[in-house]
Amino acid sequence: MRSVFQTKRFAWLRKRAAFAVRLFFASVGGYLLAVAAVFAFARGLPLSRAEAMTTASLLSILVMPAAAIWAFAAARARTVLWSVAGLTGLLALVAWLLGQPA
Amino acid sequence: MSRGFRQSMSGLHTWSGLLLGWLLFAIVLSGTATVFRSEISGWMRPEVTASAPPDGAIVAAIGWLSSAHPKAAGWYLAAPDERLSTTQAVFDDTTAPNGYRDIALDPVSGSPDAIRGTLGGEFLYRFHFELQIPYPWGRLLASAAAVLMLIALISGIIIHARIFKDFFTLRPGKGKRSWLDAHNVLGVLALPFHLMITATGIVTLLAMTMPWAAVANYGDDLAKAFAEQSPGLVSRDAAGTPGTLAPIAPMLAEAERRFAGRIGRVSIANPGDANSVVTVANHDGDQLAYAASTVSFAGTTGRVIGAYTEARPAQQTYAVLYGLHMGRFAPWVSRWLYCLCGLALAGTIATGLVLWLQARQGADGFGHRLVARLNVGAVAGQPIAMLAFFWGNRLLPFGLAERAAAEVSVFFLAWGAAILVGFVRPVRRAWIELFWIAAAGAGLLPFVSFALTGRGLWAAVLGGDRLFWGFDLMVFAFALSFATIARRLAAHRTPAPRRRRNTMPA
Repeated sequence: MRSVFQTKRFAWLRKRAAFAVRLFFASVGGYLLAVAAVFAFARGLPLSRAEAMTTASLLSILVMPAAAIWAFAAARARTVLWSVAGLTGLLALVAWLLGQPA
Repeated sequence: MSRGFRQSMSGLHTWSGLLLGWLLFAIVLSGTATVFRSEISGWMRPEVTASAPPDGAIVAAIGWLSSAHPKAAGWYLAAPDERLSTTQAVFDDTTAPNGYRDIALDPVSGSPDAIRGTLGGEFLYRFHFELQIPYPWGRLLASAAAVLMLIALISGIIIHARIFKDFFTLRPGKGKRSWLDAHNVLGVLALPFHLMITATGIVTLLAMTMPWAAVANYGDDLAKAFAEQSPGLVSRDAAGTPGTLAPIAPMLAEAERRFAGRIGRVSIANPGDANSVVTVANHDGDQLAYAASTVSFAGTTGRVIGAYTEARPAQQTYAVLYGLHMGRFAPWVSRWLYCLCGLALAGTIATGLVLWLQARQGADGFGHRLVARLNVGAVAGQPIAMLAFFWGNRLLPFGLAERAAAEVSVFFLAWGAAILVGFVRPVRRAWIELFWIAAAGAGLLPFVSFALTGRGLWAAVLGGDRLFWGFDLMVFAFALSFATIARRLAAHRTPAPRRRRNTMPA
C-alpha cells in the first residue's frame, strides 16, 4: 500500500512548503539580520554617533538582498536557518557588548 | 557556477519579480513621468503665463498666505525657477480633505484664485512612493517593492550568463525567445541605471524602514538623533502670543548673499506667532546632493538665528545617493537619459510579466489566468490612467469643489476600468483594445487641449512656447508607440498550435 507521503499531492505540498520556508528565511530572517547588522555597525564604527548611524543604515541596504540570495542558494534549508540565525545572534551580541554610546 | 545555484537564482528572480511586479510597473512609470514633474505641472496650469524672479514670487506668496491662511502651523514654499513659473505652497488646512493643501500660487499676485485646482506633477511624484495609500503603509509597500526589485536585478544578473553577447541579440517574431531577448536587452542596456535607481530609491525611505541605527545609538531619545542628523533644522516652540512677520525680502537677500546663488525653498514655522522662524534653503537643483544649505531667521525681527551647510562625509554620501534618485541636479541631457532609462526599466518589468506567462504556455490554472488578466490592466492601464489624469485636467469644470482631488479620482477610475476590461474581455482582445484607447487618448489630447486653452500645437511652435510643443510632441510619440503596439498585436498570430485560450499575444 502506498503511504500518504508518496502521493503526488504530498510532493506538491512539499515543494510549496520548502519554497515558503526559504521565503520566510529570506524576508523575516533577512530583515532581522539587517537590524542586527545595523545595531552592530552603528555602535561599532569609529565615527561620531550621527555619522555611524547614517553609515550603518546605508550598509543595511546590501544585507537583505545578500540574505535572500543565500536563503535560496544554499543546498539545505537547515543550513540557511543556522547561518542566518547564528550571524544575527553574533551581531546582536556584539551590539549588546558595545552598548549604547554616550 | 553550479547548475543548481543558477536554477535556484532563476526561481528567486521569477518570484521576486512577479510578487509585486504590477505595482513596480506603476511605481517605475510614475517615477519616470516625475522626471518631468515641473514641466507636467506647468502644462496642467495653462492659465499661468506670467513669471517673476524667485524672491519676488516668495514675497507675493507670503502676502497672500498672511491674509488667507494666517492660522496655519507652517507654510512651506518652493520658489519658481526656470522650469516652473508658479510658487508651490504646502500648508495645513482643516477644510482640506486630508488636512493639508498642496497648491500653486501665481508668481506675481501670490494668489491661487485664477489657477485651476490641480496637483499637477506633484500627484505623480507622490503616487510614485505613496501609491495613494495612507501613511505609512504606502511608503512601506513601495519600499518592499524596491527591495524585491533589487533582489530581482541581482539574481537576474547571476542567471544571465551571457550578459555581453545578449546585449546585441534580438530575435523578433519568435514567441517566448523574442520576449526573453527584449527583457534582456531592456534590462542590460541600462543596468547600471536600474541598480542605481532601485538602491537609491530604498535610500529615500530608509529612515522609515531602517530606524534601528537611531535606536542603537540614541535609545528612545529619537528627537536627539534627528537633531544631530539634521543640525540645519532650527525649530522653536510657539510663544502663544501673536507676532507680525518682518519684511521677507531682506531675509531672502541675506540668504542669497550667503549661498552666493539663488534661493529654492522657504519655510515659515508658526507664521502668526511671536516665535516664528523663517528658513531659507538654496535651490536643490544647484548641487548633486539633496541637502541644501539653509539660513534661519527669527520671523519677527529678521535676525539670523542659524545657518548650516552639510559637510560630514556619511551625511553627504546619504544626500548624494538621495540626490541621484531625485535627479533634481540633472540638466536637460541627463534628464532625458533618466527618462529613457526609466522607460527601459518599465519595459523590463512589463516584458518580464509577459515572459512569466510565455514560459508557462499551455498551463491553464487559476494562478496563470489571474496573472494573464492582471497583466493587461496593470501594464496597459497605467498609461491610460495617466492620460485620463491629463484629460481630466482639461475637461473638469474650473470651479469644481475639490477639483484637484477629482482629477486624482479620474486617474484611479480609469485605471480601475482598464483592469476591469482585462478581466471581462478575452485577454488578447483586451490588450489590443486598451492600446488603441491609449493611442487615441494620447493622440487627441493636444487637439482637445488646444481647443480649450489656446496653447499648444502649431501656435506653440510659432510662438516659441517650448513647454507646450515639447509636451505635445512627447504625447504624439506615445500615441504612435501605442498604436504600433496595438497594430502589431492585432496582426500577430500565435505560432504554437497549442491551446489558444488565455494565451498572450506574442
